[in-house]
Amino acid sequence: MRPFLAACLTCLPAFAAAETPVLTVMTYDSFTSDWGPGPAVEKAFEEVCGCDLQFITGGDGAALLARLQLEGTATGADVVLGLDTNLTAQGLASGLFAPHGQEPASGLPVDFDDAHFLPYDWGWFAFVYNKTRLETPPDSFRALAESDLKVVIQDPRSSTPGLGLLMWVKAAYGDEAPAIWSSLADNVLTVTPGWSEAYGLFVDGEADMVLSYTTSPAYHRIAEEDDSKDWAPFAEGHYLQIELGAVLASSDQPGLARDFLAFTQSPAFQSVIPETNWMYPATEIPLPEGFETHRPETSLLLGAEDAQAIRAEALAEWQAALSR
Amino acid sequence: MAGGAVALGAGALALVLLPLGAVAFHAGGLSLSGPDLAALRFTLTQAALSALISVTLAVPVARALARRRFPGRGLLITLMGAPFLLPVIVAVLALVTVFGRAGWLNSLGAAVGLPPVPVYGLHGVLLAHVFLNLPLAVRMILQGWLAVPSERFRLAESLGFCPADIFRHIERPMLREVLPGALATVFAICLTSFAVALTLGGGPAATTLELAIYQAVRFEFDLSHAAGLALIQTGLGAAAALAAWHLTRESGFGAGMDRPLATRAPGGWRRAGDVLVLVLAGGFLLLPLAALVTRGLPGLADLPWSVAEAALRSITVALLSALIAVSAGLSLALAVARGGPRWLELAAVLPLAASGLVLGTGLFLLIQPVLPPPRLALPVTLLVNTLMTLPFVFRLLLPEARALEAGYGRLAASLGLRGFARLRLLVLPRLARPLGFCAGLAAALSMGDLGVIALFATGREVTLPLLVQQLMGSYRTGAAAGAALVLVSLSFALFWIFDAGGRRASPR
Amino acid sequence: MLRLDELLLTQGDFRLAADWQVPPGARIALIGPSGAGKSSLLAAIAGFYAPASGRVLWDGRDLTPLTPGERPLSILFQDQNLFPHLTLAENLGLGLRPALRLTPGERARVTEALDRVGLTGMGARRPAQLSGGQVSRAALARVLLRARPLLLLDEPFAALGPALKQEMLALVAEVAGDTGATVLMVTHDPRDALEFAALTVIVAGGLAAAPQPTAALFADPPAVLRDYLGHRQ
Repeated sequence: MRPFLAACLTCLPAFAAAETPVLTVMTYDSFTSDWGPGPAVEKAFEEVCGCDLQFITGGDGAALLARLQLEGTATGADVVLGLDTNLTAQGLASGLFAPHGQEPASGLPVDFDDAHFLPYDWGWFAFVYNKTRLETPPDSFRALAESDLKVVIQDPRSSTPGLGLLMWVKAAYGDEAPAIWSSLADNVLTVTPGWSEAYGLFVDGEADMVLSYTTSPAYHRIAEEDDSKDWAPFAEGHYLQIELGAVLASSDQPGLARDFLAFTQSPAFQSVIPETNWMYPATEIPLPEGFETHRPETSLLLGAEDAQAIRAEALAEWQAALSR
Repeated sequence: MAGGAVALGAGALALVLLPLGAVAFHAGGLSLSGPDLAALRFTLTQAALSALISVTLAVPVARALARRRFPGRGLLITLMGAPFLLPVIVAVLALVTVFGRAGWLNSLGAAVGLPPVPVYGLHGVLLAHVFLNLPLAVRMILQGWLAVPSERFRLAESLGFCPADIFRHIERPMLREVLPGALATVFAICLTSFAVALTLGGGPAATTLELAIYQAVRFEFDLSHAAGLALIQTGLGAAAALAAWHLTRESGFGAGMDRPLATRAPGGWRRAGDVLVLVLAGGFLLLPLAALVTRGLPGLADLPWSVAEAALRSITVALLSALIAVSAGLSLALAVARGGPRWLELAAVLPLAASGLVLGTGLFLLIQPVLPPPRLALPVTLLVNTLMTLPFVFRLLLPEARALEAGYGRLAASLGLRGFARLRLLVLPRLARPLGFCAGLAAALSMGDLGVIALFATGREVTLPLLVQQLMGSYRTGAAAGAALVLVSLSFALFWIFDAGGRRASPR
Repeated sequence: MLRLDELLLTQGDFRLAADWQVPPGARIALIGPSGAGKSSLLAAIAGFYAPASGRVLWDGRDLTPLTPGERPLSILFQDQNLFPHLTLAENLGLGLRPALRLTPGERARVTEALDRVGLTGMGARRPAQLSGGQVSRAALARVLLRARPLLLLDEPFAALGPALKQEMLALVAEVAGDTGATVLMVTHDPRDALEFAALTVIVAGGLAAAPQPTAALFADPPAVLRDYLGHRQ
C-alpha cells in the first residue's frame, strides 16, 4: 500500500507549499540521476531563487520534444533542458517556446546565437576506442571504411548521437554521403536503439570503436583512473552536439523560468557539468584536470534549417546503404 | 462471474484500442508510407520464424521434462523460465557475452582455430527471440502434458502402446490443443520486438513495425503515421489470435483421480535423446544467465544505496500487478472455459501485439485533459502491467480451466458450489500449480517493464529498471550490470516463490 | 412429484420427447439403446441441458429457472462424483454446505453417514486411496446427507462387478427409503430394472415413453424393447 500512500502524499505539497513558487524543469533521465548534474543544480538554484525546483524526466532529447508537442500548452513544464541543434527547427515551428532574452553562450567553438534556445553544454561526436587493443586508429571516415575495424553506432531514428552521426557525414561529405555510408556498411557491426547499448557493447569488447563523444575518455580517466580509452581525430572535422535549454511560452512562472536560463550560464551551474554530464561547459570556465588531452581541429555544425531540410533524405540514404 | 469477465474482456480490448484511437484522433487520421511495407515484411518474417522455431524446439524439451524424473528437475524447470523474465537490454548483452564477436563461444572457437561466427543478422534476431521465448513455449506445452490425467497414460500402458502410439493417441491431441495458442503468443510477442531486433539484426534492414513507430513519433513527429503502423501491428496480433482459435481442438481428455504418474518412460535411444535435448536446451538457456552473473557480480560493489529503495518500489509494484493480473486472467479463463463468449479470448491476446509507444502516448492523451498524468503514474503502471501480463496468465490458465470445467463443472453445479466457496474449494486447489506459476510470471514481468509509462514518469520515483538505464546512460556500465543482476535475481526470486508455492499447494 | 410437461430435447439430429409424471417415492429404471438419450434426459432434469421446449416440474413448480444446485435433486454421474483433491469427509460435507464451514453437529452427521455406508474411519482419505466400491459408497453417503427428494443415477455403478453392483443398488434402495426419495436410474441391465425398479421408462426412437410396470413390460416386451434386449430373451 505504500506507493498508494506515496501517490497521495505527492499531491499534498502542491497545496501545502502554495506560498513557494514551483519551477518545473523537464529534462532527460540521466540529468536528474544521483550522479548527474540534477541534484547539485537543484540545490544551487533553490539557494538563490526562493522557489522549489522540480524535475520531470522522460527519455532523451527527441522524446522530450515529442512529449512537449503532445502536451501542448497544457504542459506543466516551465523550462526544458536537453534539446539539441537537430531539434531546434522543429521546436521553433511548434510555437511552444518563448525567447529567453539571454546573451549568447561564450564558450562554444562556433558562433551560436538563437533567441529561443540557449546552450548549457556541448561536445564533439567522435569514435572512441581502446588504446590497448588498437594502436593506430583510423584518421577519417575513408580510413575507417578501408580498415577491417568494427564499429557500433546508434540508430538515428531513436537516438540523438545516431542522428548526429548522420549529420556529421552529411556535413563532411554532402552529396557523397551515400557512397561513404556504402563503404562503411561492412564496418558497422550493429546499430543500437540508444547510446547506452552501444557503449555497453564497446566496453564489453564486442566492437573496436563506438560512436560517442570526445569527452567520453575523460570519464574513464577521471572517475575510473583508467587511461586506456581515447577518441580518434578525424580529418573531416567533428560534428558538434549542443545541448539547449528553453523557456516554455505557456509557463505560469515566466520570470522564474528566464532566471533559471540565466542561472544555467552561471559558474554554479557550469562548473557541475564537466564531471556529471561529461560534456564541455557552455561558458569559459576552467576545465577539471585531465578532462581534455586534445581537441579536434575542425568543428562541423549544420544550421537548424539545413539540418531540418536534409534529415529525411540523409536518413533514407543511411537506411539504403546499411540495408544491403 | 460471467458478467464480470465480459466487463474485464471489454476493458482489455478498450485499453488496447482506445489509446490507438486517441492517437489517431489527436493526429487527425491514420497514414502509412512506402517503406512500411519493408518493415511489415521483416516483422512478419522474424515473428513467424521465431514462433515456429521456439515452439518446435519446445516440444521435445517439454516432453523430456514431462516423462523424465531426475534430481534437480524442479530447479531446472524453474531456472529455464528465467530468460523470459529478463529485461530486453539485459538479455541482449548477456547473449552477446556468449554468442557475440568477442563472446565465449567465438573465443572458444578461435582457440581451436575456427573462424568467428557472426551473431548479427536475421539469425541473431531469431537466436535472441528463441532464447527469450523458448522457456515460455516449454512451459505452456509442459502444462499441457501435466494436464493429461495419469489414467490416460496408464490406459495407454495397459494397451501396450509404444511411444509412437502414445504420441498418436495422447500427445498429438494434447499438442493440437496447446500448440496453436503457444504459436500465436510467441508470434505476438515478437511482433512488438524492437531493441532486440535492431541490435542483433545488425542494422536498419532489421526494421520492425515497432521501430517504424519510434521513427514516426520521434523522428518524423508524425502521430498519424504512428497510429497507422500501430493499427497494422495490432491487426497482425488479432489475426494470429483468430488463427490460433480456429486451429485449436480440445483434446477432451477429461479428468483423472490425481493418481501419481507412474508410467515407465521409454529407454534406449529415446532416453539418450531426452538427455541430449535437456543438456542442449539447458546449456542454451543457462549459459547467457551465467554470463549475466559473471558480468554483474563485480558491479555489485559499485551499486549506489538508492538501489534498495528502487528495488522496494519495484517489488511493491510487481506484487500489486501480479495480484490484479492473476485475478483478471483467472476470471477470463474460467468464463471462456465455461462457454463464455469467445471474443474474450481475443481480448486476452491482443494486448501482446499492442505498440508500447502508441499505448503510452494514447493513454497520456486520454488522461491529460482530466488530470496531470504524472499524478497517475502508479495506477497507470499497474493497469499497463496487468494488461501486458494478462495474455500470458490467460493463455496458461485456459487449458487448465477447461480441464477443470470438463472434469468437475457438473459435479460442482449439482452440489450448488458457487461463488467464493467454488473458488476456495475447487478452483484454487485444483489450479494451484498454474496459478502459482502465473502469479510468479506476472510479478517478474512487472518488475521489468518501463517503456509504456515513460510519459507518466515523474523522475522522482526511480524503479530498478530505470536505475539500470540511468547507470548505463552515465558510463557506469559495471554498476549497471550489477543493478541488472539485482533486478534479475529479485524477479527470479519472486517467480520462484510463487511457482514453488503453487506446486506445493497443488494436489498433484 | 416429478412431471415432464411436453418436454422436448434437441441437439443437431438428436430429438427426444417426454410427457409423463411419476408418483412420489417411485423407483424408475430408464432403459434403451445406446445414444437414445437416457443420459440427456437426466441431464435435462438436473438442469445441465436446456430443453428446446416444455418444462420440468416438481410438485407443480417449474424447475427451469433453477440452477442444478438449487433443484430438489441429487445426481450421480458415471464417474467423477468426488473431488480428488478433497478428503472423503470434505466431499461429504459439500452435501451439507457448499462453503464447507460445518458446525460440530454437521461434522457428526458426516461421520454418521460414513458409518452408514460402511466407510467408518475413512473420512481423512482421498478418493485415489479408495476402491471403486468405496468411492460409490462415499458418493451415496453424500446423497444421504443432501436428502433431496429426487435422486438421479446415471449409471454410477456400471464399472462395478455384479455382486458389488447389487450391493450398491441395495444401498440406494435403503438411502432412498430413508429419505423417501424418488429415484430415476439409467441402466443397461434388465436385471437391475427388474430387481430395483417397479416402473420402467423405455427410451428409444426419439421418445421417452411413460413409465410402465417393469415386470409386465419384460414379460411381454414391446418391439423397441425386444430389439434392445436382442434374441437372448
